[in-house]
Amino acid sequence: MSSLLERLAEARKAGDVGLLAEAIPYARWMRIAPENGIGELLTRMRYHDGLIGNTFLPALHGGTLGAMLEMTAIFHLLWETETETVPKIVNITVDYLRSARPVDVIARATVTKQGRRMVNVFAEAWQDDRSKPVATANAHFLVKSSDDAPPSL
Amino acid sequence: MTSPFADRDARIALFQKWFSDTIPHSKALGLKVIDARRGFASMQLDWREELVGNPETGVLAGGPLTAMLDGCCGMAVATMLKEPKPFATLDLRIDYVRPATPGKAVIAEAECYRVTNSVAFTRAFAHHGDAKDPIAAAAGTFMLGTKGIVTRAQSIGAEPKI
Repeated sequence: MSSLLERLAEARKAGDVGLLAEAIPYARWMRIAPENGIGELLTRMRYHDGLIGNTFLPALHGGTLGAMLEMTAIFHLLWETETETVPKIVNITVDYLRSARPVDVIARATVTKQGRRMVNVFAEAWQDDRSKPVATANAHFLVKSSDDAPPSL
Repeated sequence: MTSPFADRDARIALFQKWFSDTIPHSKALGLKVIDARRGFASMQLDWREELVGNPETGVLAGGPLTAMLDGCCGMAVATMLKEPKPFATLDLRIDYVRPATPGKAVIAEAECYRVTNSVAFTRAFAHHGDAKDPIAAAAGTFMLGTKGIVTRAQSIGAEPKI
């Protein structure tokens, strides 16, 4: 059993989804963590200077938005679906809609289609105004395959 | 007068400065520019514990690869712009074809194969040294002439002899 799935069991027991982020070094480094929200799971990337991609605007690096949308999808799959394995990302397409200012980014994910082995997830990220997303993403994850065979739907 | 871009080492040092050292997130990742010429860019990301996505396996998270591929594709775009103009990523697709090997550096190679008035088209691969055995494949498009002032990195393509 992976330590992430152990941490998931602990987080469920404690009712604290934030524990999930502590098990992932990259999430800690990026300050990306899921939050206990009302009725929906939100993931927040806390602003720090290391996220900047353009110092003149200034704006967050596009890669940080793609990364946090991917983490948002993973946290969603772990917390909101009955996954028995750590979701394995197959691909992700990120659309950049607005330049992201140097403040926190919040995101949520929804499952568009849950298959036996493959899940299609949509995620969107915003800053102060939820109706003005800064980036959206679609991603595929393998959820129950133990081999490295190419995914087939 | 010789261009500072004529010598390969000097050119790489300038790209390192404008595409990694002065971009806070690229610097935080420790991205190293290993090659740059008209239409082509290559970077290296060294494995670090804090970039790991699954502590059980030590495999890098997708995020650092996303950021490197975005940056590398952007660098390839910059080499193609004869007139300095600001640009921004419009979309980026990444296929994770196999997990990165823990402990090994990842190399990204990006090509900007078409530039129009408004859009630049790029593709890239990430690998461990053998481009025929990729870890990830990417396709990115960039919007040209976006808001804001031209950064030094975005005007690098206007230099002669890059």
